[in-house]
Amino acid sequence: MYNAKTVITGIIIFIVLCTAPFWVGLTGKNYKSTGIVLPKDEKNCVENVKFMRAEHMRLLNEWRDEALRKENRTYIASDGKKWSISLQNTCLNCHSDYKEFCEKCHVANSVYPYCWTCHIIPGESK
Amino acid sequence: MNKNRRSFLKAAGLSVFALSGGLAAVPGATQARTAPGRYDRGDNAPHAKRWAMVMYTRKFTGPEDYEPLIVACHKEHNVPNIPGAQNIKWFWLDSYEHTFPDDMNAYLNEKIRAASYPLLCNHCTNPPCVRVCPTQATYKTEDGIVAMDYHRCIGCRFCMAGCPYGARSFNFIDPRKFLPAATPNPVFPTRMIGVVEKCTFCSERLAAGKIPACVEASKGRILFGDLEDASSNVRLALASNFSIRRKPSLGTQPGVYYLI
Amino acid sequence: MLEKLLSAPKTYYGWLGFLLCLIAGCGLVYWQQLQTGLAVTGMSRDVSWGLYISQFTYFVGVAASAVMLVLPAYFHHYKKFKRMIIFGEFMAVAAVVMCALFIVVDLGQPQRMLNVMLHPTPNSIMFYDMLVLIGYLTLNIIIGWVTLEAERLGVEPAKWIKPLIYLSILWAFSIHTVTAFLYAGIPGRHYWLTAIMAARFLSSAFCSGPAILLLLLFLVQRLTDFDPGKDAVKTLATIIVYAMCVNVFFYLLEIFTAFYSQIPDHVEPIIFLFAGHDGHLAWVGYWMWTAVIMAFLSLAILIPPSSRTNPSLLSVALVMLVAATWIDKGLGLLVGGFTPNMYETITPYMPTVREIIIALGVYAVGALVLSLLWKIALGVKRKAENFSG
Repeated sequence: MYNAKTVITGIIIFIVLCTAPFWVGLTGKNYKSTGIVLPKDEKNCVENVKFMRAEHMRLLNEWRDEALRKENRTYIASDGKKWSISLQNTCLNCHSDYKEFCEKCHVANSVYPYCWTCHIIPGESK
Repeated sequence: MNKNRRSFLKAAGLSVFALSGGLAAVPGATQARTAPGRYDRGDNAPHAKRWAMVMYTRKFTGPEDYEPLIVACHKEHNVPNIPGAQNIKWFWLDSYEHTFPDDMNAYLNEKIRAASYPLLCNHCTNPPCVRVCPTQATYKTEDGIVAMDYHRCIGCRFCMAGCPYGARSFNFIDPRKFLPAATPNPVFPTRMIGVVEKCTFCSERLAAGKIPACVEASKGRILFGDLEDASSNVRLALASNFSIRRKPSLGTQPGVYYLI
Repeated sequence: MLEKLLSAPKTYYGWLGFLLCLIAGCGLVYWQQLQTGLAVTGMSRDVSWGLYISQFTYFVGVAASAVMLVLPAYFHHYKKFKRMIIFGEFMAVAAVVMCALFIVVDLGQPQRMLNVMLHPTPNSIMFYDMLVLIGYLTLNIIIGWVTLEAERLGVEPAKWIKPLIYLSILWAFSIHTVTAFLYAGIPGRHYWLTAIMAARFLSSAFCSGPAILLLLLFLVQRLTDFDPGKDAVKTLATIIVYAMCVNVFFYLLEIFTAFYSQIPDHVEPIIFLFAGHDGHLAWVGYWMWTAVIMAFLSLAILIPPSSRTNPSLLSVALVMLVAATWIDKGLGLLVGGFTPNMYETITPYMPTVREIIIALGVYAVGALVLSLLWKIALGVKRKAENFSG
């Protein structure tokens, strides 16, 4: 191979640079809490926090398909509690502070879901 | 050497292509459940094999008689009021000639000719809109309702070309600027720009054990029930009255019946 | 082969620059449409498809028409077409690109368009339309590139390309048939509900597509020294005449069925297109009559062999033929399908300026793709045949 030294060094630098976010992330120093405010009157969400944090969008998608297409409008959570399937009327019932809950985390994670072009945020309708 | 490199590149390119194809297929394959819980029907939701509507048009004296029904529907579902030809209609009125164009004759009884007739989605047994939709954004539910999933609609408007009743509306413009009430109904979403919408037979109200909003507002002049149940209110009304449907010759089997 | 693009006269780069500016300008209008919605178009609740979908339909025809060169060359071993085939194939590529873009600009939610693949729906004709168009695009890119590369190297194309070419011939018929099925299977749209729709689409495509190809090749002949070949032009002109005769004949069949049966639903769209309503001719009526006149004038020039072989008369006739078929399929088809509307009343439709600008932008993209591909093809041919261009 021509210029083996330079090429290999170049590749190594490239790989290190590309994976840099992971290494920096592992040190854990830059972790900042998003500072979201949890609902005050309710302690338990539909499922446990870890699941909700990671999977809430997938759950919502599944809820949508079950409710709209199969007419399964009730969700029986793993703890046996029954929930009526509705983003607007069940989820937002407790999570009524959009700015302090949904938006803070979405902005911190640079995700911009457009749920709210249709679903009405509590208190938004004046 | 040169040839080897060429064939290596070819093989490498093909493998990358195949691999990425495989990766692309994964999201389709992982349709497994996300939720750890179970799904079930609503407790107090009434069920039917095929929901249908019967309109006692004789019992309405004029267009103003239908007004509360339209208001009830449009408020309930946040149906915008957009001026012009790019408007949205869920429940609206038209003349006999335009509602039943195949049934028109020049000497039709003046009262029937001059009357207004309520129009809405017919929730056909054999709906052309469902047939043509390329994403299953519109589909038929088990109880005969032609439903819409606005999340999935790409706005191709094939269903609007397909519907022979003009029951479908497209959001040409942001509907939130044209909502009918100062405060939108907080329990029902609005729609967004670029999707098609229509009457849903109030499937969300049915799920909560309520009858459709227009039926409720009609004070008994519109019946709603199971067409497959011989003892249902709609079947009894159809058995004892002369009824017509819109454009029956197209084979769509509308679920909205008019008693003239 | 891309290096052929690097050695071109300044005027060529000027043309590319002009197209890019045009695309950018029209792109801004499209951006506005994305922001405010399709309210910027003239479409409405009753006329829910307009200029975009009609242009899509027309260019599916242009794409399919490449088969009029490929079929004689490969099924009948008509060698004289072989020089031109690559231009037909590359024109098909540009046309399919335009079709795809016309669909995208017509969508209300274009960012969701992959839903068509994520939720495949075999009962929807749109699903098959997507499949056949992607397939046809791929076939033409592969076939065009491989045969051109073989020509550059002065060898016969690889053997595996033959089955693909035969497949592309059948595939060309499928793309326009499926596009016709988009329209012809809809209950309640009387102007479209006709079993002859696919046949009409194909006949109109097989005259208008080759006509556009010939006109563009005449232009190339002026700009470079490339000669498509006198006999090839003659044969293609004959094909165009036959296809146009069939096209006009098919339209007259529609007129007969509608007016002899006198079923109002079938008569009314045609009356609207040619006579308007309430005694007023709609704007589209003037276009329709222009189309009728130009269709017959073009036939009058093209049918006698003496005028057909006259280069300048041939060009004039081809321009009229393209205009006539464009008005029929690119305007009348959509307007007639939606008027009268489903209440048997009239909702007028006229494309807005912004709608036309966006369509123009798609045309510019097509022209750009065509300019790039044809330049490559001309560069290769020039090397292989030593003509100056």
